[in-house]
Amino acid sequence: MPKYLLLKHYRGGPEPHRPVPPIDQWAPEDVEAHMAFQNHISELLEENGEYVDARALAPARTWVRYGGADAAPVTTDGPLPETSDLVAGWWMIDVESHDRAVEIAAYASSEPGPGGEPLCEWIDVREIMWERPQATDAV
Amino acid sequence: MIDEPTRRLDEGALRALVPRVLAGLVRRGEDFDTAEDALQEALLEALRVWPEYPPRDPRAWLTTVATRRLVDARRSEAARHRREEVANAEPPSAATEEGDDTLFLLFCCCHPNLAPASQVALTLRAVGGLTTREIADAFYVPEATMAQRISRAKRSLRGRHLDQPGDLAVVLRVLYLVYTTGHAGRVDLAGEAIRLARQLNLATEEPEARGLLALMLLNHARLPARLDSEGRIVTLDRQDRDLWDTREIDEGVRVLQSALAMQTEERRPGHYQVEAAIAALHDDAASPKETDWPQILAWYDDLVALTDDPAHQDPAAVLGRAVAVGHVLGADAGLRETEQLHEVLGDRHRWHAVRGHLHELSGDLPAAATAYAEAASRATNVAERDHLVRQAARVRAGG
Repeated sequence: MPKYLLLKHYRGGPEPHRPVPPIDQWAPEDVEAHMAFQNHISELLEENGEYVDARALAPARTWVRYGGADAAPVTTDGPLPETSDLVAGWWMIDVESHDRAVEIAAYASSEPGPGGEPLCEWIDVREIMWERPQATDAV
Repeated sequence: MIDEPTRRLDEGALRALVPRVLAGLVRRGEDFDTAEDALQEALLEALRVWPEYPPRDPRAWLTTVATRRLVDARRSEAARHRREEVANAEPPSAATEEGDDTLFLLFCCCHPNLAPASQVALTLRAVGGLTTREIADAFYVPEATMAQRISRAKRSLRGRHLDQPGDLAVVLRVLYLVYTTGHAGRVDLAGEAIRLARQLNLATEEPEARGLLALMLLNHARLPARLDSEGRIVTLDRQDRDLWDTREIDEGVRVLQSALAMQTEERRPGHYQVEAAIAALHDDAASPKETDWPQILAWYDDLVALTDDPAHQDPAAVLGRAVAVGHVLGADAGLRETEQLHEVLGDRHRWHAVRGHLHELSGDLPAAATAYAEAASRATNVAERDHLVRQAARVRAGG
């Protein structure tokens, strides 16, 4: 049973299929419908026995690197802070196959946007590596 | 999961009772779904109570407590009318054979209509006697998710005839899936799969069931040598063979021989027996140099002959055969064999890893390094990815 992360982004990724204004500019009922759908996805995954985790990330970002011996960590908000990829959150799922992960991602992407129309947001599907070696010999 | 006091309990013996008690309840006419829930509760109760108050007859104790739970469940559903009936039900017949119970339940849990993940989870719980929490830990999912998966699987079995013989091939596949999942958390799934395969073999004379048990034992025997003290993968040709478990090898060979002895012209050894024979030949070599590759290749010829279109139906067998070809007829011949799999396996790490191995065998270290690196970028297992990165670095540094 492979595990996948279905990553949502604040920005970055392929050209948006349906460009929309930021969510704080949507009609209140559209905002409600959108948020309710996110909960619905989590409930659906729980109901199916496919749920592992769901998290949202705050958009503020700090890039940090080692500054050298006896030096403070070096921080930046990154090159091109306005356009670089920024992950907004994820669902972690445990499913039968890659096909099933794609199916769930596509459904998550059908989330309602302004006017209740599907948002068609790009979802980044990434397989999580299994930690332990298998009980058979590797090459 | 297991609390301190229960460590004194013989958990193996307790869990061996699970399929017997459950089969007794289901045969008595209880619904598989509710009976399994009731027994799970009884099991948790046993883990709690037995260390201090060991029962005289554990099986009867579990049956009684599970029955009481069933009665309680019905009472809460206000279905009182059946209560007396159940309370007065006959105790399970002692004449029922243990093997029959196991087989009966394996057929229930490995119902062909269930998805593999559900078959695995249900088998581990209803036949293996593991708790939902333990199964969840083994697969790194939340307990609630595993509970939901199990209860959905059981719901989808409702109303199906569970009294007919099931599909043994599915049972074997499920047990092998449990085996290959390996170790995770505190649950040794490989060991659990071997235990279940032993139980299965008490119930059937089918040579493939023996082949599966033999294959698991012969692979499991090498487990102590497969990882070094840092948890790094050690390939077969570099393993310390003194660490191999000779008792498991002896048993595996015995089980395999008893399976092969049943073959006839019409009934040739199946997939698991052939794979076990290959594993036995590896186990038999005192050093990598003494590996009998020509015989291994002969078994691989049998393995690929089991399907009409092996490149598509059993690409793993064709890939394994390519390694054997490389050792018998030369690395270039082995590499040529892998080419027919490019379309099917070209995206998988194992195809690239095998080609890396064959390039290394031929002395082409740059090509080997490239192939290992390609394999590493496609691995879906951390230990294997790390291993392949090291392989690439090693051959780049000149072997």
